[in-house]
Amino acid sequence: MLETTALACERGGLRLFSDLGFALDGGGLLRVRGGNGSGKTTLLRTLAGLTRPAAGTVRWKGGAIDDSYRSELLFLGHAPALKDEFTVLENLAFSARLAGRDFSEDVLRKALAQLGIDRLAHLPAGHLSQGQRRRTALARLALPEPAPLWLLDEPLAALDDQAIGSVSALCTAHLAAGGLLVLTSHQDVVVAAPAAQSIDLGG
Amino acid sequence: MRGFALIVHRDLRIALRRKGDIVNVLVFFVLVASLFPLGIGPEPNQLRAIAPGVVWVGALLAALLSLPRLFAADFTDGTLEQMLIAPQPLIAVVLAKITAHWLSTGLPLALAAPLIGLQYGLPSEALLVLLASLLLGTPVLSMLGAAGAALTLGARGAGALLGLLLLPLYVPVLVFGAGAVAAAMSGLDPLSYLSLLGALLAVSSLIGPWAACAALRVALD
Repeated sequence: MLETTALACERGGLRLFSDLGFALDGGGLLRVRGGNGSGKTTLLRTLAGLTRPAAGTVRWKGGAIDDSYRSELLFLGHAPALKDEFTVLENLAFSARLAGRDFSEDVLRKALAQLGIDRLAHLPAGHLSQGQRRRTALARLALPEPAPLWLLDEPLAALDDQAIGSVSALCTAHLAAGGLLVLTSHQDVVVAAPAAQSIDLGG
Repeated sequence: MRGFALIVHRDLRIALRRKGDIVNVLVFFVLVASLFPLGIGPEPNQLRAIAPGVVWVGALLAALLSLPRLFAADFTDGTLEQMLIAPQPLIAVVLAKITAHWLSTGLPLALAAPLIGLQYGLPSEALLVLLASLLLGTPVLSMLGAAGAALTLGARGAGALLGLLLLPLYVPVLVFGAGAVAAAMSGLDPLSYLSLLGALLAVSSLIGPWAACAALRVALD
């Protein structure tokens, strides 16, 4: 479903990696490893369609990435995309609506409960700790009928053991339901996957 | 269309929760306009003669002051990234942000302008033309401003750069806007100036949002 052929990326004129090819099918997990600055984030942003590759292509279901690809994509980058003025609940509702999905408050609260931040639902995001902000962003993963392709950039940064457990469980469930997952992480995430691959970008 | 309504609604809610930003812009406008009589002296005829220009320059600078915030907050917190990869077309997002920006700065400025005009002793028909010229002109400032704000996104000293970039583009708006009010004061028909402002609005709404889209894609690459 998700394929790259001879993918090469540059950052500020510096070649990060080249000739990268992989194919990921339903239930497939791709772990991206590599040192600081090896291009993990750039690879994920390229897969999301934010960064243009220096060479090569990214294909989804055999076609080029386009608007319909974007509605099947869930990308969580370094920045948690939260507005300090909005409550945790409002932030989650907005990010879901922006991705074209509308949920009732009950459903949203259930997702927050899965990440253990249900009691913070009406707190403005400006008052949250780093880990709580991360959990709020990750609560999108716990919403029903998620997008089939997840691109998660360091999802476990700043999380405690309990939250790491919930995120691993959500990822495992996603893969078991036939979803695709591309993950960068310095920690070893315990995710049971029907088909797991890993790429080492070196560095 | 759903994406458009969603983002207008959200941006207006943010603006309402950070009322300080709207108040800042209005206070700046009033301050600029009220410094001129202090510097020039209280001669009523002289003040009346410079009023159209002063009010328009004040509104223009106040609008410029608010522009760096248009995309910067969403850029830093990662929301802009999510907007770019959302299923909604980017142009809808940009148009929504421009609309919300105008509703939260351009519209209050246009509504405040007749009050300042009143203090300068403008006659009532000129006040009406002043309001009309600002209602037509401030959206142009937002349309072109969005392109400027997107181009300077992430740059150091974005505010000063934005001024250098946008002020030349704002000159026609200033000339026709102040011209319309001056024409009304001297008993001429201001309609030709207002139609020119309308033409500027049409052209800028074709160019500004698309340029902003292209600049945002580059800024987030």
